[in-house]
Formats: sequence, C-alpha cells, structure tokens
Amino acid sequence: MVINLGFHIFLLSLMCIGSIIAVASRKLISSLVSLGTVGMLLSIYFLILGAPDIAITQLVVEILTLIILLSAITGRDVTADMSSSKLYRFLFIIIFIVSLITFFTYSNFIFPEFGKPDMHVGKEYLYLAPEKLKAANAVTAIVLDFRGYDTIGEATVIFTAIIGVMVLLRKKGKKDE
Amino acid sequence: MNKGMSEIVKTICRIVSPFILIFGISIVIYGHLTPGGGFPGGVVIASAFVINLLAYGREKVLLKLSLNKSDILHDIGAILFLLVALTGFIEGIFFLNIFDKGKLFSLWSGGNLIFSNIAIGLKVGTSLFLGITLLSMARIFYKKDKIEYFEKEEDIK
Amino acid sequence: MIIYIIISIMFLIGIYGMMVKKNIIKIIIGMNIIGYAVNLFFVVLGYRNEGIQPILVPGIDIKEFVEKAVNPLPQALVLTSIVIDLSTICFLAALSIRIYEKYGTFDLEKIRRLKG
Repeated sequence: MVINLGFHIFLLSLMCIGSIIAVASRKLISSLVSLGTVGMLLSIYFLILGAPDIAITQLVVEILTLIILLSAITGRDVTADMSSSKLYRFLFIIIFIVSLITFFTYSNFIFPEFGKPDMHVGKEYLYLAPEKLKAANAVTAIVLDFRGYDTIGEATVIFTAIIGVMVLLRKKGKKDE
Repeated sequence: MNKGMSEIVKTICRIVSPFILIFGISIVIYGHLTPGGGFPGGVVIASAFVINLLAYGREKVLLKLSLNKSDILHDIGAILFLLVALTGFIEGIFFLNIFDKGKLFSLWSGGNLIFSNIAIGLKVGTSLFLGITLLSMARIFYKKDKIEYFEKEEDIK
Repeated sequence: MIIYIIISIMFLIGIYGMMVKKNIIKIIIGMNIIGYAVNLFFVVLGYRNEGIQPILVPGIDIKEFVEKAVNPLPQALVLTSIVIDLSTICFLAALSIRIYEKYGTFDLEKIRRLKG
C-alpha cells in the first residue's frame, strides 16, 4: 500500500492542533480530553510507520495516563486556568522564532532524509535474530538480548518511581508520631 | 470511587475483564513470535485490574488482590529478571544466552527470551496496578477540613 | 524534511506549556507532549519507504526480509521509554496531591510566595 507524503503531513498537523488545544485551553477537563485525542492519533500513526509493538503500548499507556491525571483532579479546584506572566511569554516567542529560523536554514545538516535510513547496525541485528537466536521478533530480541543491559536500568527506574509513590502517600509521617 | 457505578457498567466489566487478562498473558508469552513482549503485555495486565477498580470501587478489588500481595509480586518480578541475567555466569559472561535455541517459529525458541518476558510482564503489571490504586486511595485520607489556607503562616512550618 | 519541522513544532508547543503556564496540571500536560514528540522523532528516523515491519512471518526469505524491513533499533529504544514516562507521571500526580493538601491551591504564584 503506497502512502503519500501528504497523508503523513495531514496526520501530524492534526496532532499539532490537538496539542495546541491541550496546552492553551481554559478548563482542565477539556485539555485532558484533547490530550487523549493526541495519544490515540499517535497510536494509529505508529501502526502506519510499521511499529506494531509500540502501537499497543501507546494505546494502553494513553488510557492509563488519563485515569491518573483525572484522579489527581477530581475533588480539587478544577475550573479555571490562571493568568500567565508576560516575561516568560515574551522569552518563549524569541526562542520559537530563533529555533524555526535555525531549523529551516540548516535542515540539510541537522535532519536526515525521510524514507532512506542508513542501517549500519540495524542490518546486522535483522540478520542475526532469526539466524543465531532463532527468534522471529527482532525488536524483542534487541530489547532483551542484544541490548539487555539497558533493560535492567529501565526496569530499575520504573521500580524506583513506584516506590516513590508508596513513600509519598503514606498515612502517618514522622512528624505525626 | 466508593460506591461504584451503575448496574450495566458493573456487569460488563465483570464479564470482559478475564478476557483482557488472558489477552495480556498471551502477548507476554508469545513475545518472541508475534508483536508484543514484556512491556506491552505488562500494561495490558495492569489495565485488566484497573477496569475493575473503576467499576466496583476500592474495597471490592482489594479483597481479590490486596496491597501486600501485589507488593510481594512486583518484588519477585524484579528479582526473577536479575536471576535470569545471572545464569549467564555459567559460561563466563553476564547476560549470556545459554539455553537451547530450538527451532524457528515454535514456542520454545530464542533461549532465555521467554523467562525474561514473563519476569518483566509480572513486574510492570503489578507495579502500575499498585501505583494507580494508591493514587485512588489518597482522596479518602485527606478530608477537606485538613487543608490550611495561607492566612496562618505559622501553622505551615 | 517538512515532517521533522512539524515534529519540532510539537516539541516547542510542549515547551510553551512548561514555561508559560502556572497551573501544575498544565505543566504535567506539557511534559507529556514533549515525551510524545521525542518518541515520534525516533520512530520516524527509522522509516523506510514501502517497508514492512521487522517481524519474520513464515513466507518470507531472510535475504528479502533484510532488504525491505524498517529499522528495528529505534523501536527498541522507544518501547521502554513510553512506560517510563507513565511511571514519571504517576509520581508527579502523587506529588501534586501532596502540594494541594498543604497549600490549598494548584497555582504556582501563591505557592512560591509562601516560602516563609
């Protein structure tokens, strides 16, 4: 199935519009809803780009993010957004214009070409995974066997974050005793 | 989240959630043949418990899987992953894949990929369920009259 | 070329959310959008025109599979990054619950003034 470049640009601009609504909206509930829209569009886009494992992960993680953020909001003040300062907004406009001008002029040096990747290491992994390991899924073989040392570090980060949540939400602290 | 939702939502969540759990376990175990693996399977297993938490309330779900049990389970998942990595020392190098590699496209293939997938799936699933349950419990401990507004500054120190 | 520029525009929108807004929940939403933009950039780097997914099915020869598949290495890096972002948001939500319990508001101006 041949997909034009215009379809990619259409989906990406929908995501940009959704993220503008999520950041600049006045009520918190509507910004959460449009954050959910951006996440679902991102999951469809990952499937078009040829990455099915990441599409499954992104879909379920998006729903769990909405549940977590909703449970931090309900019961507390949920209505209006506060006013923002003038100094940081002016600083942001300067950063925005400078970044866009830099990306447009030096785009040949910074970004590679879309659609023609150079796969020096990837080609070796794609050849080694069915031959030596006899595993059909090359991505799982990279995550758990060829680059398994990084997975230990990432599992530790998830573990530490959940222990941090357990410490923060204790019933009795040290000062109460 | 104390009294639960209406009858339609409760019935559907009760029927659907075992199928979600089995789908998550299938993504974990067949991680070396089909798209998936430890991390997507783990989050799907976590969401099979969270859907019951949303429909029935906190007390009914904690009767099935209490906080102490899920605490022990996510510790076991982390230690199991390290044990699978340490079996490489039999041949000399950390994290070496020493199991029998089997045949392509069958269930037993890829060496120690199956055991790593099961350990990671157990760990990620129970960790995320624990985090979300703790976040939903925090609304009950802190009642509204315990909040002090910033007129009295000496109470906050 | 224009695809990378649109992704960097999404990154700058996330930075706008983190720099300018004063509500703590809006700052968390901005951080989430930065995470989306970075993960998307990595996966787009490995895309091949009319490529197939990097999973072997029992009808394809291995030589043809290596020539036609997309790059699997950025996908392996992004897979764990998504779950780590979820755990970070869980921790930040717990932190903001504690801040609301102590100060009574989500506004960053009022919290900064009370350092006493």
